[in-house]
Amino acid sequence: MSIPPFIDKMKEAALYPLYSTGISVLQVNVGKTCNLACKHCHVEAGPGRPESMSRETMSHCLEVLANNPIGTLDITGGAPELNPHLPWFIASAAALGKKVMVRTNLTVLEQPEYQHLPELYAQHKVEIVASLPYYTERDTDRQRGSGVFRSAITVLQKLNSLGYGQWELRLTLVYNPGGAFLPPNQKAVEADFKRELGRRYGIVFDELFTLTNVPVGRFLKFLQETGNLAGYRERLAKAFNPAAAANVMCRNLISVGWDGTLYDCDFNQMLGLACNRGVPNHIKDFDFERLRQREIVLADHCYACTAGAGSSCGGAIVSN
Amino acid sequence: MDSYYRAEDLAKFPTMGEEAGELWNKFMAYYGAVFEEGALSAREKALIALAVAHAVQCPYCIDAYTQACLEKGANTEQMTEAVHVAAAIRGGATLVHGVQMKNIAKKLGF
Repeated sequence: MSIPPFIDKMKEAALYPLYSTGISVLQVNVGKTCNLACKHCHVEAGPGRPESMSRETMSHCLEVLANNPIGTLDITGGAPELNPHLPWFIASAAALGKKVMVRTNLTVLEQPEYQHLPELYAQHKVEIVASLPYYTERDTDRQRGSGVFRSAITVLQKLNSLGYGQWELRLTLVYNPGGAFLPPNQKAVEADFKRELGRRYGIVFDELFTLTNVPVGRFLKFLQETGNLAGYRERLAKAFNPAAAANVMCRNLISVGWDGTLYDCDFNQMLGLACNRGVPNHIKDFDFERLRQREIVLADHCYACTAGAGSSCGGAIVSN
Repeated sequence: MDSYYRAEDLAKFPTMGEEAGELWNKFMAYYGAVFEEGALSAREKALIALAVAHAVQCPYCIDAYTQACLEKGANTEQMTEAVHVAAAIRGGATLVHGVQMKNIAKKLGF
């Protein structure tokens, strides 16, 4: 069964063309290098990927933060820790008074050369957003690789010992489905994670985000190779939720690629769909006034962010 | 390969309302209400449905409720235990009917 084009669905919901409503988050992808090669990864990140943001491009990002009312720097990758300029980037953004978030796979922080970074994160009150697809070893390792769960648990315990997940140092975990199905109710699965990680390992955290797997990159290949693509796309389209569509993250976020190109989100970034419709599309040419009310580039992969309770870098969009 | 059960037939389920619209609508309203969050969570209900689907051996229901359980946050360990519950009840029901057999044999025998 074929699905209607996403743009048609948005027209039906009176949401096309879709415009941004502001820019409160500058999300910077500092590179595709990663110590893991997860099955769901839309970036297709891995140890063999050489793309890494230069210090010069980071300087442009800092200039944009310094000169515009953008409150949050959200750093992602790859594994951001593998970019050698990360400590300087974080310290510089924090010195500007910006809220800094780092999206981490946790396991990289167990490697000797990066073991000092949790202390640096704590020093600058960086919010840690950590991937942990499930609270059991078997389900986590099936998705992220053998030994990942044990390593993640060790790092979470260390983060807790530094005060993360308590008081002002925020620790958020990120669940994503272990295959071609939608995520569960965010509050319900957060309760499971809190209960099981607390009971089994004494781990505490602030909240859990549920994300929907987007049919891009390595996850798209998985869907194609396993004959799941048509069924998954249909599942996403059937679950289209106008309330989620009205509040998608691209409306108040802008995404910067490792080479400085601007995108509406990290998924468009991986598809090479840069900001267009006449607005600047490189960090060097950043124009807040024009970009904060830009028309967003949409395509059928956007169904993933609008299915069910919706999905964003901040988890579910509407309560379900 | 031709098969009596075809996955795509599940999408034709609403055709059961074509000549019995009122009954279908009542059934669907009831069905929807049953699976809403209540004294049991939506996940618990999905696990029960998965177990029952195995007991009644409905491939459509197994397909639908495997996906539903995963989308409610259940893991395959929990889902496998649910299927064992169905198996235990089916097996137990078979065995407990052995009492009937014994009663009749006792009545018929010397």
